[in-house]
Amino acid sequence: MGQNQDYFNEMFESGAVRPPYRGLGDWAESMPAELRSLKQSEAEKLFRRIGITFAVYGEGGDPDRLIPFDMFPRVFSAEEWRKLERGIKQRAKALNAFLLDVYGRGEIVKAGLIPQHMVYQNEAYERAVAGFKPPRGVYSHIVGIDLVRTGPDEFFVLEDNCRTPSGVSYMLENREIMMRMFPQLFKENRIAPVEGYPALLKRTLASVAPQKCEGEPTVAILTPGHFNSAYYEHSFLADMMGVELVEGQDLFVEGDFVWMRTTEGPKRVDVIYRRIDDAFIDPLCFRPDSMLGVPGLMNAYRSGGVTIASAPGAGVADDKAIYTFVPEMVRFYLGEEPILKNVPTWQCAREEELKYVLDNLPDLVVKEVHGSGGYGMLVGPRSSKGQIEAFRSKIEETPENYIAQPTLSLSTCPTFVEEGVAPRHVDLRPYCLVGERIELVPGGLTRVALTDGSLVVNSSQGGGVKDTWVMAE
Amino acid sequence: MTLLSRHAENLFWIGRYVERAETNARLLEVGQRNALIPTIGGGYRNEWIPILKASGTKDAFMDKYGDIRQRNVESHIFFDTDNASSVASCFFRARENGRIVRTSLTSQTWDALNTAHQEMLALKRTERSAFEESDLIDWTLRHAALIRGAIEDTQLRIDSYDMLNIGLYLERADSTARLLDVKYFVLLPQVDLVGSGLDNYQWRTVLRALSAHRAFNWAYGGEVTPGKIADFLILNSKAPRSLITCAEEVCNHLDRLARAYGRTTEAQTQARRIVARMTEITVDDIFDEGLHEFLTRFIDEIGALATLITSTYLSGETR
Amino acid sequence: MRLQVRHATTYRFDPPVRGVVQSIRAWPSTFEGQTVIEWSVEIDGAVRGSSFRDGAGDQTETFTLLGPVRETTVVVSGIVETIDLSGILSGHRERVSPLAYLRSTRQTRSDSALRELAAKATIAGAAPLEQAHALSNAVRDAIEYVPGETHAATTAAEALASGRGVCQDHAHVLIAAALTLGIPARYATGYLHAEGGIAEASHAWAELWVKDLGWVGFDPSNGVCPDERYIRISSGADAFDAAPIRGLTQGVGDEALDVDVQVVEAAQ
Repeated sequence: MGQNQDYFNEMFESGAVRPPYRGLGDWAESMPAELRSLKQSEAEKLFRRIGITFAVYGEGGDPDRLIPFDMFPRVFSAEEWRKLERGIKQRAKALNAFLLDVYGRGEIVKAGLIPQHMVYQNEAYERAVAGFKPPRGVYSHIVGIDLVRTGPDEFFVLEDNCRTPSGVSYMLENREIMMRMFPQLFKENRIAPVEGYPALLKRTLASVAPQKCEGEPTVAILTPGHFNSAYYEHSFLADMMGVELVEGQDLFVEGDFVWMRTTEGPKRVDVIYRRIDDAFIDPLCFRPDSMLGVPGLMNAYRSGGVTIASAPGAGVADDKAIYTFVPEMVRFYLGEEPILKNVPTWQCAREEELKYVLDNLPDLVVKEVHGSGGYGMLVGPRSSKGQIEAFRSKIEETPENYIAQPTLSLSTCPTFVEEGVAPRHVDLRPYCLVGERIELVPGGLTRVALTDGSLVVNSSQGGGVKDTWVMAE
Repeated sequence: MTLLSRHAENLFWIGRYVERAETNARLLEVGQRNALIPTIGGGYRNEWIPILKASGTKDAFMDKYGDIRQRNVESHIFFDTDNASSVASCFFRARENGRIVRTSLTSQTWDALNTAHQEMLALKRTERSAFEESDLIDWTLRHAALIRGAIEDTQLRIDSYDMLNIGLYLERADSTARLLDVKYFVLLPQVDLVGSGLDNYQWRTVLRALSAHRAFNWAYGGEVTPGKIADFLILNSKAPRSLITCAEEVCNHLDRLARAYGRTTEAQTQARRIVARMTEITVDDIFDEGLHEFLTRFIDEIGALATLITSTYLSGETR
Repeated sequence: MRLQVRHATTYRFDPPVRGVVQSIRAWPSTFEGQTVIEWSVEIDGAVRGSSFRDGAGDQTETFTLLGPVRETTVVVSGIVETIDLSGILSGHRERVSPLAYLRSTRQTRSDSALRELAAKATIAGAAPLEQAHALSNAVRDAIEYVPGETHAATTAAEALASGRGVCQDHAHVLIAAALTLGIPARYATGYLHAEGGIAEASHAWAELWVKDLGWVGFDPSNGVCPDERYIRISSGADAFDAAPIRGLTQGVGDEALDVDVQVVEAAQ
């Protein structure tokens, strides 16, 4: 445990159990080893049974692989959460204001706060929706904000996800499984429920129905199909929300509207929660070779016949280069000071910053601007000389593709390991819903780096997940 | 609640695949029994060709194995995923279809589909000498029954339930007819054998393969004659796998759809026509037409009905 | 000038397809250079809907045909009164930032030859408009107008390398060259009343963003800026993006295409 002394341990502080974890004080210690392994295999069986599996995108391999589930919960006090909640909602609001602005008049660019090329020449900027204002001016209806903690009161945003952040099904299922396996814990601790999420999501989506929709809006989830690694999540959400899970082939555009092909004939769809990238949603507007989308969808959208969530073009706000400017957005649009901090970030596109990055590679984390899932990433302190040098030449080749950040001292949370319980690094992804109102369920997805000392929590790189508790007031 | 046409198609095929897995296991049983019967010239009958023909995969089998040996046929019909109608393929596809329409299935139905597939994967990894062929047959029948039971016990009685059942009974109608037709491939190379003791023995094998030999004795008693068997498996609406029962069930579920949707289509009309014709004829009519000819016509009619159901409910072209 | 247009595009499908969906933006742009007297876009038997004006100012509408479809004809026709604005798109209402036209596409990606062409045409200290004219002239000189040498998917770099092409290639090369100089540029489609000029009634050219003037059209094929003989229809990053008709058929089959365009001076 020696090296972990440098990191903030969320459960123990100077030998004492921190208040939010009091209910778990001797829970793990007093659990006999046999019971623990029994529970662990029971959890695994439950996951497999409900079919919640995860396939690493583009990696092939076993599509039915489970993300390892760690039974030791990660806990926040009500007070800690209150602050986080305010910060998350503030950020989600600012990101949406930014999107509305850059597809409108572009005031933030005119004010000189964000370099114009970073917006308008951004790959994710969709000219096709410039000037179009989506219902209620909302672009990103589900904002996933990745947070890390470094101290009792120190939270940093690692990145924003404005398109279709995944993983929320794990937040819900992790809780479900914990409640089934350890009902006593939930009796002894007052833990705020997260199960309202699907209903909130449905209400949020219904609240952004297009002008032409009359009566109760019909919501559908658009999936690339059952081969997609996140298909389970798509189907889980559709089920929990009581809406249809459709593929592109199930929809067609006729007249002003989008219709589902059903056994009883066409049925109109008003709001589409799509889990397909912009490039693929409409072959008449974007990639003509897309088989996943719906021809004419963008026309129906832009003429107010259907709402697409998240809005096409929302990706321009969650770019890792734009990320640097989010605190500016908060000040500019909301006139407030940002509650959540950004991690200091060096833009390799800027010459003087590039030099600093290249000089300090062994101490930095370097990420691709458009990358995700922990791929194309260098964790300096955990890399060999060879790896660092190989990455150096990649950065030198296309510096504008990279940003760098200091290696953060990610907090740790007690985690079940072979030998018992040990601290492992964690992050947090809460899911903020933006529609008529901005809502956040008390919780999120905690990802944990299961390897001792590892800072990479991505499920594609051997990370696991935990139930995330927020203590009720 | 709306039912997507594509999901209706997935449900329909779950019904078909589960039934098809069972049919293939039953075909294996027929073949296995036939292989135990001594032939007149000494040795044992080797009647796998009709079995392969009945499963509709003879050419594919010959291409792959070339050599008709019992063990090859078993692999082919049971484990081989190159064979789209092997038991393994059927359970895999049923489960895959189930994964797509997961939201229309109860957790019990999903669990049954998933378990059949997962156990099949485990079986494939097991040393072949560790189990008997009859274990495989029993295993298949048990899982098919578990899936049907879950559907029957837990699914809401809405259109998705009807789609599952329409697939199931159409497939069963088709497979009972084909299984009956095997009889002809087996027994009618020489016309004068019809009605002989051997003939009756093999008829009984068919009954046994349809788990119907005791029901048959209960319903008819006395000597087993081709006429009684044909009546039982074709025209007796008490027999769960008879052609008329299957046709009535398809008709019944189509009628439920028509009521739920408030619209009768050509599919209902065609299904009623098939049932009406079956109600009117006798076994003598069938033998007059020729059993093989009758079965061929029935298979065609059922196929035409399936096409109609597809274009009406599953294609997404409904207006 | 009062111009009358009739443009019929016939698609034939063999075997017939299940259905056809088309996104059409074949209406004249609204700006000071042209006034629509009458205009219509018709497809027999099509369901129409989802009509709107997009951020670039193009009128757009969806047309749907239910199958089986053996043949369908899009007929665009009407009369437009035009005046010569020397290519300047004044009074055109659009909401896309010109900076969004600085990204290249597959067809407008530059290579060393394109960069060299642009560099050679650069005049130190020139006014932006003068610079744009110089670029357009350089493109006209670099590519001879020869039909049949290039095809719909030809890129700017390929066209420049071959030295031959049609209006689409001229426009792509001009766009690519402008982008290398950091000048926003885009593709425009429309009609041309050609008498003695290059006879492509269904025509295309480039538009460059010129400081203080806004978007200005340049037609290297004819060595002019669009005048009263031109009708402007739609725009985009390249020929594909700007296409007035984008369609998709449901079903498989061979597709054949017939195009008939007439642009004449209308009787007053």
